[in-house]
Amino acid sequence: MKGMTVIVKTVTRWVKVFIFLYGIYIIVTGHLGPGGGFAGGVIIACSYILLTLAYGKDFASRRLSSQTAHRLDSAAAMLFLAIALFGLGSGGIFFSNFLQKRYPMEEFTLFSSGTIPISNIAIGLKVAASLFLIFTILSVFRIVLAADGKRKFVQEEEEE
Amino acid sequence: MGIEVYLLILLVFLIVGALVAVETRNLLSSVISLGAVGFGLSIAFLFLRAPDLAIVKIAVEVVLLIFLIRATIGRDVIPGTGHIHWAGLVIICLLSAGLFVFAYHAFGSMKAFGSPIIADVQSAPSNKYLAEGLGQTGSANIVTAILLDYRAYDTLGEATVLFAAIIGALAVLRGTARSKRGKQK
Repeated sequence: MKGMTVIVKTVTRWVKVFIFLYGIYIIVTGHLGPGGGFAGGVIIACSYILLTLAYGKDFASRRLSSQTAHRLDSAAAMLFLAIALFGLGSGGIFFSNFLQKRYPMEEFTLFSSGTIPISNIAIGLKVAASLFLIFTILSVFRIVLAADGKRKFVQEEEEE
Repeated sequence: MGIEVYLLILLVFLIVGALVAVETRNLLSSVISLGAVGFGLSIAFLFLRAPDLAIVKIAVEVVLLIFLIRATIGRDVIPGTGHIHWAGLVIICLLSAGLFVFAYHAFGSMKAFGSPIIADVQSAPSNKYLAEGLGQTGSANIVTAILLDYRAYDTLGEATVLFAAIIGALAVLRGTARSKRGKQK
């Protein structure tokens, strides 16, 4: 996939940081206001998808290769499971909020509510990496109807 | 004018958009009307005072539109046959009428809009969550508190489903493309 025009590239260069920051904000303040890991993760994935669309696949894969996204995806899933197992180990209950029970912080502050922000971060990372991977799969490989009516998968570069 | 009127207008818009998405011949216009339905649904969530859901819906809708437009652009128009199957039409009409009658009776037995059932049933778990959620979890957002503390096991299941979906899509698409490339070499 090749990039787009210079107008799109310039706008993307300015806007991508703000989209990324907004995603982080939505994830980190998920326990204080509307939002959370899923919405923030989708927004972060949006910023990388914008990069891919504007600058092309090669530029975006230098920033976040699909291998790295794969590892992030798995690591975030393991982090979420680890929070659950820590709760099981310390409180005897799966997903027990052990941080809040041991060290209760002041409410309505950023560092409050124990494991909930950590879970939000894990889910946000997971969703961002997963959606970026789905987009990479869908944009690199395309299903093309061949002349004999069969579907076949081709890579984008071979087609163009 | 109550909130129900706005919701009814939105619902009519959603149904019309969904019908257009199903019936239109052009794949791209189908995708775009699907996007209109999604954004209308997020506005409906805002009317129902569910900003969490509205944010998720808007973000997912944007990404989904990009996915679908990217996947369908430049694709051939798939024409319908133009032939109407009368037996199928009659069955669809009968099923729709039955569904309408059932839904009419089901909605008649429900409580009025805006009066939740937890106001009457004091022993409902939602009341306990709303009363003790802040003290027990320390989270100001009760939706997040329920999703990631009280019902975190469900969220783990959701994350597992997403993980399995990614692995499945990667395995299917990548495997086919590799075998194709191997044949060419």
